[in-house]
Amino acid sequence: MENKVTRNLYMIPYALWIIFFVIAPILLVVYYSFLDIEGNFSIVNYQNFFTSTYLKMTFSSFWYAFLITAISLLVAYPTALFLTRTKHKQLWLLLIIVPSWINLLLKAYAFIGIFGAYGTANNILEFIGVGSQQILFTDFSFVFVSVYIFIPFMILPIFNALESLNPTLLDAANDLGASKWATFLRVVFPLTINGVKSGCQVVFIPALSLFMLTRLIAGNRVITLGTAIEQHFLVTQDWGMGSTIAVFLIIIMFVIISLTGIRKRGA
Amino acid sequence: MTNTIIQFNNVTKQYDNDPVVLDNVSFEIERGKFYTLLGPSGCGKTTILRLIAGFTEATSGDIYFDNKKINDIPANKRQVNTVFQDYALFPHLNVFENIAFGLRIKKMKNTEVEAKVKEALSFVNLPGYEQREIHDMSGGQRQRVAIARAIVNEPEVILLDEPLSALDLKLRYQMQGELRDLQRRLGITFIFVTHDQEEALAMSDEIFVLNKGNIQQSGTPIDIYDEPINRFVADFIGESNIVKGTMIEDFLVEFGGKRFECVDQGMHPNEPIEIVIRPEDLEITSFDSGMLKIEVTSQLFRGVHYEITGIDHDGNEWLVHSTKKANVGDKIGLHFGPEAVHVMRFNETEEDFDRRLDSYSEGEADGK
Repeated sequence: MENKVTRNLYMIPYALWIIFFVIAPILLVVYYSFLDIEGNFSIVNYQNFFTSTYLKMTFSSFWYAFLITAISLLVAYPTALFLTRTKHKQLWLLLIIVPSWINLLLKAYAFIGIFGAYGTANNILEFIGVGSQQILFTDFSFVFVSVYIFIPFMILPIFNALESLNPTLLDAANDLGASKWATFLRVVFPLTINGVKSGCQVVFIPALSLFMLTRLIAGNRVITLGTAIEQHFLVTQDWGMGSTIAVFLIIIMFVIISLTGIRKRGA
Repeated sequence: MTNTIIQFNNVTKQYDNDPVVLDNVSFEIERGKFYTLLGPSGCGKTTILRLIAGFTEATSGDIYFDNKKINDIPANKRQVNTVFQDYALFPHLNVFENIAFGLRIKKMKNTEVEAKVKEALSFVNLPGYEQREIHDMSGGQRQRVAIARAIVNEPEVILLDEPLSALDLKLRYQMQGELRDLQRRLGITFIFVTHDQEEALAMSDEIFVLNKGNIQQSGTPIDIYDEPINRFVADFIGESNIVKGTMIEDFLVEFGGKRFECVDQGMHPNEPIEIVIRPEDLEITSFDSGMLKIEVTSQLFRGVHYEITGIDHDGNEWLVHSTKKANVGDKIGLHFGPEAVHVMRFNETEEDFDRRLDSYSEGEADGK
């Protein structure tokens, strides 16, 4: 009896958190999504969502999120692999994680400085004779900065998966005639796929709704679902439409989580 | 004409500035036999296995396989397969794909792969287990899959790194028999690493006893048990009573203040030596007729025999295995024959030791 009471007591903060910060906002968002701009109950927002403007926006959100995730993965996997083989791996890992502790906005402003017309990047380009380029407000700078910001979140789960890999398995594959590359393809990668999946989740889903970077780094040239939500709430004051987009974003997130769901084989 | 498959020539292995793991080791392994590398942990036995498999490189010295130097050949190009201590089965693959791993690497045809995996599974008494997942199998079954995964590649040599240590006692006994049987049926060389002397004695054609990076003694289980070269081997293999003594002359040894007949010869007169008497070679008799007289200090019932410990008047402890019972505090006599006394010289090399033993049998032949 005693135990049950204390267990319920411990539940309280969690339950409050979930109710006020997860369930209530979602219900509110769903409620608002059924209000048109005049505040009448309607499904016009949902009809609007399936027009070309929003579908294009959804597609471009997906495309950029995909690019960011793919590039992060391409950089993160070899990095994590390298980290597991270094002597002071915890130190190296820390150095990679440290930038993620700095406020996102600060980093974004730093990149404006670096990529700006008179920034460091252009100075270097001038110096090596390529000449000054438009770097800021391009797709490149948007993807580059996003990858920079997300990469620690991709490296960590992959690193952990690689760390928990039994090194004897590599010897075993080698023993059975597999080259380094064959060992990677047949043993290392399949056994760390869960790390890759969770890495992709934590990068892809937030990348879908990036809006600050689209404004600061991409100069609103890239419009994602995140940007659209922000615009509807703050600029056009069409809370209904903003909520509808948010509803779709939530649905998409659930779909992605279930698609990349981590299932134990045979369990 | 040689039957040697693996040869180590003065192989040394050392990591950085740590003490040497293997110290100038040389030996030969013949085709088709069951070898055991036996020694306490840290003696270098697993290092020898890893050197043969190619997981690690020798600091100096040469390793030959089929008369070809293989120092620089990577593990995946060597004709040996390993059964690992923790089995190292691939958890993401089922039994079939685990066993087929090596064949798939060789790009063998699917029909052929299926036939071979099936054959390997029946060899290890697991027919019909193809589609099982690894985590649904018991330790003993995983063990068999690991063995099947090795033999399916038809290697010339199979290396087994303490493969039975994770199994419970009964299963271990059963697997010992099965492994020995498997080796005979396949007719290939098995090199088995263990720290369990009983396992080594039961399974091997040939045992290498290792300590501190050196091979102390090599020979058949009977040779090693009956004629240990030194205190370490005598102590490590089986149980033994070891006491200091003096070799008075050929066939006469003195210990515990008395002189006894023995079968050893070829030492200097009055050379200090150590003698070994196995506990099962000591027979309990009456106190008066005993060659050694001890007072019983403890007795344990071991099932097959009693394990009796006693102390003689010099303070030497004697361990006796006997089916006869004694009581703590009894004064009893011990009897033993000349063959029960094994003489060990200090710092005798294995070559000298072998030469000495060989000379005995020649002596016998001359005498007849």
